[in-house]
Amino acid sequence: MLRTVLIGDTQADRVVPPSGFTAQLTLFASGAMAFLAVFALALSLASGRLADRWASELARSATLRITAPEDQVAAQTEVALRILRQTPGVARARALSKQEQATLLAPWFGPGLDLDALPVPQLIEVKEDEQGYDAAGLRLRLSAEVPGAVLDDHTRWRKPLVDAANSLRRLGWISILLIGGAMAAMITLAANAALAANAQVIEVLRLVGAHDSYIAGAFVRRFTLRAFIGAGIGVVLGLAGVLLLPEASDEGGFLTGLGFHGFSWLWPLLIPLLGGAVAFAATGLAARRRLKELS
Amino acid sequence: MIELDDVGYSYGGGELLSHVSVRLAPGSFHFLTGPSGAGKTTLLKLCYGALTPTSGVVRAFDGDLRGLDRGQTALLRRRMGVVHQDCRFLDHLPLADNIALPLIVSGRDMAQESANLKELMGWVGLTARADARPPELSGGERQRAALARAVILSPDVVLADEPTGNVDWEMSMRLLTLLVELNKMGKTVLIASHDLGLIRAAKSQVQARVLRISNRQLQLAGADL
Ligand SMILES: Nc1ncnc2c1ncn2[C@@H]1O[C@H](COP(=O)(O)OP(=O)(O)OP(=O)(O)O)[C@@H](O)[C@H]1O
Ligand SMILES: [Mg+2]
Repeated sequence: MLRTVLIGDTQADRVVPPSGFTAQLTLFASGAMAFLAVFALALSLASGRLADRWASELARSATLRITAPEDQVAAQTEVALRILRQTPGVARARALSKQEQATLLAPWFGPGLDLDALPVPQLIEVKEDEQGYDAAGLRLRLSAEVPGAVLDDHTRWRKPLVDAANSLRRLGWISILLIGGAMAAMITLAANAALAANAQVIEVLRLVGAHDSYIAGAFVRRFTLRAFIGAGIGVVLGLAGVLLLPEASDEGGFLTGLGFHGFSWLWPLLIPLLGGAVAFAATGLAARRRLKELS
Repeated sequence: MIELDDVGYSYGGGELLSHVSVRLAPGSFHFLTGPSGAGKTTLLKLCYGALTPTSGVVRAFDGDLRGLDRGQTALLRRRMGVVHQDCRFLDHLPLADNIALPLIVSGRDMAQESANLKELMGWVGLTARADARPPELSGGERQRAALARAVILSPDVVLADEPTGNVDWEMSMRLLTLLVELNKMGKTVLIASHDLGLIRAAKSQVQARVLRISNRQLQLAGADL
């Protein structure tokens, strides 16, 4: 049956009268649903991107900066490293070498910087493990034992935001599922109305020896094609709406990033196919049930 | 070809047919007559599997109709040409497509069948009406179209329910001639009709047996016709 939907059987399609309002209903419902699905998709892709970016920043190390008189730096670094290694939740702690620090500073001071000539603080890279460490407790302990240490964990505050972005992404996908379900429901109603309105036609077709699958196929093709076309129109309008949103910028945060990037532009193209598939399944079920009743 | 063996049919409270046994031999020509409401249409429906008898057995092409599923019933319909009393058509399709409907639903290649269809439409005198919609047709045109649709798959059996129901005498004779021609081609014909004039006219053209339903029984009508 799938094959005939794709290839079409113009003779068979003509035996079902071109029905008026159920056609418009299907076209409109699938168009509206596809339009909404484009935005739900944009929402979940954008929040997904955001969550991934923030999460990868989270995963980056925090830094411990040790600012101390030159003769104490080495000793304080030793102590700080020891404390860090004892702190639960810290996976790894490593003092950056002079070379690495020079590389980090190169953008500001240019290459060939001689760090020995500058009072540059010693940096310690701190990697969290899954659980994370207790930042307040660590600060307390460091302030007691390593007076020159400053723990910079500015990325941590984003953790709740990552969670929020992940929930948004989930909500987006749930919306898409609900939209698909609502579309299936509406198309089922439309298909049932069309089948009821065409009870006479079905009877005549049966009298001349049509198989149920043939009759069902004619209806299913109708509705699948309409849902596909409706969803196609909805997607085009939805994408136009997304295009009209302001360009994403680096600091633009969430709202301006609500678009499709690169290959994700291909995602909305799946919506008409899914809409067609939903209509195919919904009408097929409705027709089979209806034909069984009309025996 | 078609055989009813001690068939009874009841609905709701009433019994319409009881102990009906008849055998339609291949190539035979039968009339089914009886007063209105006697059960002629019901008997035909039993023959083509639209109704199931409440007792007894109906056999067609040596197969018991009781066990047929819907797919098999569809195949059975293709072997029997049925002219329905109310000649229903698909009103959104032109007449030519309505007559070709059995070909279409059985998946025949319409390009190959077009000569066949043209010939058949000429035979029933509807060539000029090929593009008309069924609601635009006269009663006689509908009856002829129904007959053409019934025989387009070249079935072995033609069951016609009041094929001359709402046409004048001249048209009745034309339709009868068509049915007699079909019988001469070897088809088994059963015509339900209460038009005694038609039956008399037929008897002069063909060896016809007349079955009459009266008091829920089927009888062979005598020479009084
Ligand atoms: N399933 C059913 N339910 C209710 N009534 C039925 C049913 N089947 C048949 N009847 C009744 O049985 C009677 C016989 O119907 P049928 O159509 O077979 O008669 P007929 O001989 O063809 O009459 P006519 O010459 O008017 O066409 C009618 O009164 C009809 O209403
Ligand atoms: Mg009748």
